[in-house]
Amino acid sequence: MTRGSKVWLLFAMAMAWLFLLLWPLMGIHPDGTVSFADTFAVWWKIALAALCCFGLFRLSRAGVFDAAARPLSRLTQGVGRVYAASPKWMFLAPVCAFALAYPFFTDRYAQDVAVNVLVYVCLGLGLNVVVGLCGLLDLGYIAFYGVGAYTYALMSIHYGLSFWLCLPLCAAFAAVAGCLIGYPTLRMRGDYLAIVTLGFGEIVRIVINNWMSLTNGPNGILGIAPPSIVVPALKDGGLTFETVVMRQLSYMYYVILALAVFTVVAVRRLNFSRIGRAWEAIREDETAAELMGVDTFRFKLLAYAMGAVFGGLAGAFFAARMRFVSPESFTFIESAMVLAMVVLGGLGSIPGVILGALALVALPEVFRQFELYRMLVFGGVMAVMMLVRPEGLWPAARMGKRSDDEG
Amino acid sequence: MDYFLQQMINGLTLGGVYALVALGYTMVYGIIQLINFAHGEIFAAGGYLGVIFLSFLTANGFMEAHPGLGVALSLVLSMGYCAMLAMAVEKVAYKPLRQSSRLSVLLSALGMSIFLQNGLMLTQGVYDKAYPTEFTHGGFDLGAIRISYMQIGILAVTAILLVALNALVFKTRMGKAMRATAQDKVMSALVGISANRVISVTFAIGACLAAAAGIMVGLYYGSVRYDMGFVPGIKAFAAAVLGGIGNITGAMVGGLIIGMVEIMAAAYLPMGGQYKDVFAFVILIAVLYFMPTGIMGENVDDTRV
Amino acid sequence: MGATLLELRGVSAHYGRIQSLRQISLRVDEGEIVSIIGANGAGKSTTLMTICGIVKASAGDVLYQGASIRDVASDRLPGMGLCQVPEGRRIFPRLTVAENLEMGAFFRRDGDGIKKDMGLAFRLFPVLYERRTQKGGTLSGGEQQMLAIARALMSRPKMLLLDEPSLGLSPLFSQHIFKIIKDINEQQGTTILLVEQNANIALSLADRGYVLETGRVVMEDKASVLRANPEIKKAYLGG
Repeated sequence: MTRGSKVWLLFAMAMAWLFLLLWPLMGIHPDGTVSFADTFAVWWKIALAALCCFGLFRLSRAGVFDAAARPLSRLTQGVGRVYAASPKWMFLAPVCAFALAYPFFTDRYAQDVAVNVLVYVCLGLGLNVVVGLCGLLDLGYIAFYGVGAYTYALMSIHYGLSFWLCLPLCAAFAAVAGCLIGYPTLRMRGDYLAIVTLGFGEIVRIVINNWMSLTNGPNGILGIAPPSIVVPALKDGGLTFETVVMRQLSYMYYVILALAVFTVVAVRRLNFSRIGRAWEAIREDETAAELMGVDTFRFKLLAYAMGAVFGGLAGAFFAARMRFVSPESFTFIESAMVLAMVVLGGLGSIPGVILGALALVALPEVFRQFELYRMLVFGGVMAVMMLVRPEGLWPAARMGKRSDDEG
Repeated sequence: MDYFLQQMINGLTLGGVYALVALGYTMVYGIIQLINFAHGEIFAAGGYLGVIFLSFLTANGFMEAHPGLGVALSLVLSMGYCAMLAMAVEKVAYKPLRQSSRLSVLLSALGMSIFLQNGLMLTQGVYDKAYPTEFTHGGFDLGAIRISYMQIGILAVTAILLVALNALVFKTRMGKAMRATAQDKVMSALVGISANRVISVTFAIGACLAAAAGIMVGLYYGSVRYDMGFVPGIKAFAAAVLGGIGNITGAMVGGLIIGMVEIMAAAYLPMGGQYKDVFAFVILIAVLYFMPTGIMGENVDDTRV
Repeated sequence: MGATLLELRGVSAHYGRIQSLRQISLRVDEGEIVSIIGANGAGKSTTLMTICGIVKASAGDVLYQGASIRDVASDRLPGMGLCQVPEGRRIFPRLTVAENLEMGAFFRRDGDGIKKDMGLAFRLFPVLYERRTQKGGTLSGGEQQMLAIARALMSRPKMLLLDEPSLGLSPLFSQHIFKIIKDINEQQGTTILLVEQNANIALSLADRGYVLETGRVVMEDKASVLRANPEIKKAYLGG
């Protein structure tokens, strides 16, 4: 058997294996009957899709697409060169204009999606500081989102503090939470860090869920005040200031847009600072960084706290926007989703994270009818991305050069 | 005192289940240094396959005629299925990433975990699936303590499986090869042990144990849910770490301890019942902070720096 | 000597971007003892690891018994009679002495033959028999080296690759080990490729030798000729 046909045999075996795995779940019924038709109906669709993908893959390996691939890669290279050569404002200006004008030409639903995307952009960028810049695998990031949300909720309900006053408060609380969680965990080995942060995330959720007196448990906290701003107004011939409560979605959009911009700028500044250099050194080779005099523990704690701050700010906004918080919004799957955004978009890459947020929040809206399969696809895509393109959709431009880099 | 003994039995039963699942985590980590996030889903799949087979056999009267054989058959078939599932996951999502960074394979495992969980949900439904439990009722009293037949069954099956695993790992050729590969992957290749085969066998065995645990949990609580693997999975991993990752005896001991702590805490601490899930996580964090190699010592490839 | 058992043709290998082997060509004939000498980092261990497929050759070919083994999985080589005793002994620390030996015969199916060979191993190294139920990690350096060699012998190898067998051993012990290696070659006809820091012993034991320097073969000749060579004497034999 030739090497080529052996691969097809493996493919056939894989498809048979898939059928064997699918059938007991779908074909054995509690009423004592067995059927093959329904399993087959699902199986042949998957097999066909797999066949197409596999066939395309084999064809591209055999070089069939090279004729088309060459001009295409030249095109993308050209675009890349133009992008690198042009001044940044040429691209930022239209994007900014679009972002600012967005609520004027879109409906409520689209604005809602945009607000969601922007919240996740903030979360993704915050997690990016921890995972992408510093290299710490955090599976419990959503806990800081929750801390921020509940802090504002409680401040608003019990003390009537305004949103803007609470923002730094939430940031502070989240930072403290980050330090508390980071202190014991950051001395641990990489894989263990992941599971421990997961554990902490769950602990926070369970505590919120059960501490009835503080958080009202699973019932959540209602009646949180939205942000309000003071605007000058002309009234009765004089200039007065009146408070406008920002209930409208388009106002909230601008608040989160501002928050997102702040986050982008802050993360960028951090990335290019001395702190960012230290983080990169830790990410690349912690032992070497330690030997070079970098206090790795303090910097890791700093990364963790900073990431927590952005999460906390996003959480405060979330509480203000939904006017209601409950522990259900802060589950592990949310942490996993934010992590997926960062990784799929490109670890350590700011445009990558934004792209990731768009992909994971906006795309499912487009495919609303397949809502049921959303998480299934999500899980599958995560695994497949690691196989096919682990560096993400928009990989980070490496800051320094490594000794074993190509060219 | 009776209350304490009753809780001891409960704790032992739960601990046995955790031990079975923890073994899968510990063996896989020992051999390829991966936290197999999808293992919790294998446990859940085992639970589902159990109810699928048991319901099927109940519906066509087989269970009535031969209840013991029916349970045994369901157990074996479920274990076989989960072994196949785990080996498939390994071949598709982990093997290609063996040379990649730890982060990549961890994320792949996470992705597979979500994928499998949702696969179960889509094929089996979002709601709890009830176990046919007519034959599990009953028990006997030892003074003021009640031991159900179900508990005895679980303890017996767990004991048998643990003994069998011990024999397999410490007495058979393949078991020694598994341990050799966990200790020094390069050297085991140089003596002729195929790492691929050992890894597949490791996944298969871990899956069989998890499947058994899943069925027993399903029978005990009367139902299964598509997300039943998530929290027990983390607790089982905590048990594996507590005992010393890669250490088989350690996983058994760790499982029993975590089970005991959970039951005792729920029984004796105020608010213990609500926070019972937290204890395993706290133990995990404490062990990793104060004694990262676990109570019985790690068993991983020391040749890797 | 007999036919060529192992041959390397222009083999190159990389550690990341660093090239550790540059077009190495060497051959070992049946029944020979061939030594590779050279300074630390010259690529001696890498050569053995490349032969066994642990390090992938980026260029060239490795032939065993006339056929290319370059793409053959490492774990299939003991079954073909090619066995390595790597640097640092690398016995399985938490397996017993007896279990280590069993692993050496892993690919074999003949239970009786394995038992017989274990008996032979214990006769060759009586101290291993004494410690047969002890965990491998508790043995001394010298004992571990004996165990490593005995384990390799359990595969009934046609060819043995030995990487620095005397490393960390006392001179007396090294002598003992090398005598055993010589006996294995003379009595069982096992072909030996020996990598050694101790060039003196390496060349007195061997029939032929290769000198490696920064990944290249810089000299190749009969061992006796190499020993007499003034450059070699100055560089590796202490003047």
